[in-house]
Amino acid sequence: MIELKDVSKTFTLHNQGSAVIEVISDVSFAVAPGECVALTGASGAGKSTLMRIIYGNYLTQAGEIRIGGLDIVRSEPRDIIKLRRDVLGYVSQFLRVVPRVPTLDVVAEPLRALGVPTDEAQDRASALLTQLNIPERLWSLSPTTFSGGEQQRVNIARGFAHAYPAMLLDEPTASLDAANREVVLSLIEDAKARGAAIIGIFHDEAARTRVCDREIDVGRFTPGMAA
Amino acid sequence: MTEYNFAYLDEQTKRMIRRAILKGLAIPGYQVPFASREMPMPYGWGTGGVQVSAAVLTPKDTFKVIDQGADDTTNAVSIRTFFQRTAGVATTTATSDATVIQTRHRIPEEPLHEGHILVYQVPIPEPLRFLEPRESETRKMHSLEEYGLMHVKLYEDISRHGHIATSYAYPVKVEGRYVMDPSPIPKFDNPKLGDMAAIQLFGAGREQRIYALPPYTQVVSLDFEDHPFEASKADHPCGMCGATDSYLDELIIDDLGGRMFVCSDTDYCEARQAAGHKGKDAA
Amino acid sequence: MTPLLSVQGITKRYGAHIGCADVSFDLYPGEVMGIVGESGSGKSTLLNCMAGHLTPDAGHVVFDTRTDGPRDTITMSEPERRMLGRTDWAFVHQHARDGLRMGVSAGGNVGERLMAVGDRHYGDIRDKAMDWLGRVEIDASRVDDRPRTFSGGMQQRLQIARNLVTGPRLVFMDEPTGGLDVSVQARLLDLLRGLVRDMGLSAIIVTHDLAVVRLLADRLMVMKSGRVVESGLTDQVLDDPQHAYSQLLVSSVLQV
Repeated sequence: MIELKDVSKTFTLHNQGSAVIEVISDVSFAVAPGECVALTGASGAGKSTLMRIIYGNYLTQAGEIRIGGLDIVRSEPRDIIKLRRDVLGYVSQFLRVVPRVPTLDVVAEPLRALGVPTDEAQDRASALLTQLNIPERLWSLSPTTFSGGEQQRVNIARGFAHAYPAMLLDEPTASLDAANREVVLSLIEDAKARGAAIIGIFHDEAARTRVCDREIDVGRFTPGMAA
Repeated sequence: MTEYNFAYLDEQTKRMIRRAILKGLAIPGYQVPFASREMPMPYGWGTGGVQVSAAVLTPKDTFKVIDQGADDTTNAVSIRTFFQRTAGVATTTATSDATVIQTRHRIPEEPLHEGHILVYQVPIPEPLRFLEPRESETRKMHSLEEYGLMHVKLYEDISRHGHIATSYAYPVKVEGRYVMDPSPIPKFDNPKLGDMAAIQLFGAGREQRIYALPPYTQVVSLDFEDHPFEASKADHPCGMCGATDSYLDELIIDDLGGRMFVCSDTDYCEARQAAGHKGKDAA
Repeated sequence: MTPLLSVQGITKRYGAHIGCADVSFDLYPGEVMGIVGESGSGKSTLLNCMAGHLTPDAGHVVFDTRTDGPRDTITMSEPERRMLGRTDWAFVHQHARDGLRMGVSAGGNVGERLMAVGDRHYGDIRDKAMDWLGRVEIDASRVDDRPRTFSGGMQQRLQIARNLVTGPRLVFMDEPTGGLDVSVQARLLDLLRGLVRDMGLSAIIVTHDLAVVRLLADRLMVMKSGRVVESGLTDQVLDDPQHAYSQLLVSSVLQV
């Protein structure tokens, strides 16, 4: 489902003496449907960077990234947008929303973008928010005013609203209490059970052991950091 | 008489105006620019109409001038006298005797005939002007037949008053093409514009535009499907002649709120009275 | 798939000065593209060339018309182009007063495009106007008020209603949130996002506000001195800019 072949990434800082920073090089691996792979490695090894590369958020200089058959390195923006809408979900560490939009609509939006009727999308959003223990009185408020943990749960609800065949999860259990952590892990297990290919970053080792089938040490792709 | 060329204007100017008139007749409803001359009267007193009249008058014509339907107002009298002195033409107050009628704000009640010319005095020839101040833009709108804006004006009327409150200078569409301002005639007169036997010429002196309706031209007053055009008048008979089919002026006759309604077309009213018709206020 | 708009080699000079040079891109149905750059970078010139307000010195702007398929709007007759401007195209000006008739009621402003394309039923026009006022969150009781009595944000929303009432397929926006309070901007952005999604609109948004494009645009073009220096997915251009100027632009924004 997700396949990387010889992927390399450098940053060129034109305004700082054109310094070239090599981030990762020659990354190759694949994730099958129903499989969850953990990215591991020391802080700064490039786990989040790699995840952003796979999402198309960072431009890849070399290699091939195939998701559901589409090579995102050589795709038009509209194909990547379609891929993100239909196939590839991403739960980042930070919630980014238009201010003043109610939480319920924030969570329902990925479904609305797919053309799901408002009622149906909101029902699904309500169910997820309930499951993640966001009190109903907050649903009509914008999540921009919420605490960090609440924002993270809204972010997760949004990320799981649509049943994406491929998902990227960046620290989904960070800053969650035990009960909510359990909810998130079961959401991940459900996603695996329906055949989603998942790449995740988990600092929480117990969580990693529970949901991940394999680990990939990103450190070995990082120039100058390889042991 | 020897001091002036026939009908005041020099022959070159009259030729220029006639060319504009002919072009206007060839393109009904289209505003033809012309080099309006200074006339011995101020703008707003009918300089456009006077120039058109001067250009079409012949020595054999009989000339009539009406102002708001009346032959005896200052404006009507002075223009009539002007052409008496500068053209030496016969003048009349009887609609049926006249061959050229210059008018401000009315169409005579009595039907006009082939060979007649009705000359309108026009203050603002551009019907789109109140909503679109740019001349360059209104010209383009005419040339491209973009007339949505005209209906915006009528829409505004209905939204504010519940009905189309425009009661004079009511816009019309000519032969399905040009939207035209019929000059400030009451909308009661609008139905007479269409299919008229006489030639209708419109002159705007200050704005330097001439436009025209040849005989038997199709003229349609703009409206909405659910707010159709209605030619309205005061719901009374004439107090002097008893006519029920003529446009009426309201006169305040004392300071106790007393009022009477009389024909605005003085010639029509007098002719009816002479024929023995009598209204309730007639002496 | 046929692009809705195909811009090919648009160049506009002002004497020796370059307005924009050799700009090309395709916009597909449902896509929202942002154009960013500093003042004088040529983004507004480009927008006005595309929307038919300026005639470019070279290039083509091919629009996929409903009836005749792709047509070059630069060479089509002016009546055809103006007709597009009233039907399939919409233009949202930065200043609402440039896009509204300030002396005409809100209802009349919204109804004008309907009347321009031949609607002649007052009741229907008024119903549609009220419906659109509701969609842009203006109370229907304001339908007979003139826009000069509206706040800046309301005027801008009225301008949007006036433009979208005929169901256009392509909307040009010139700094649509410029000059509005930050809180009003957010509301407008949310409204625009919903309309774009629900109506399947394509849009080209010129702005210097990177937050606006991040929220509204799928794709981004960065312009400098009349030329496109970088283009791509909006979040990719903003988070991983490749060109020196884009990097400078992104790093110049204050973080909040």
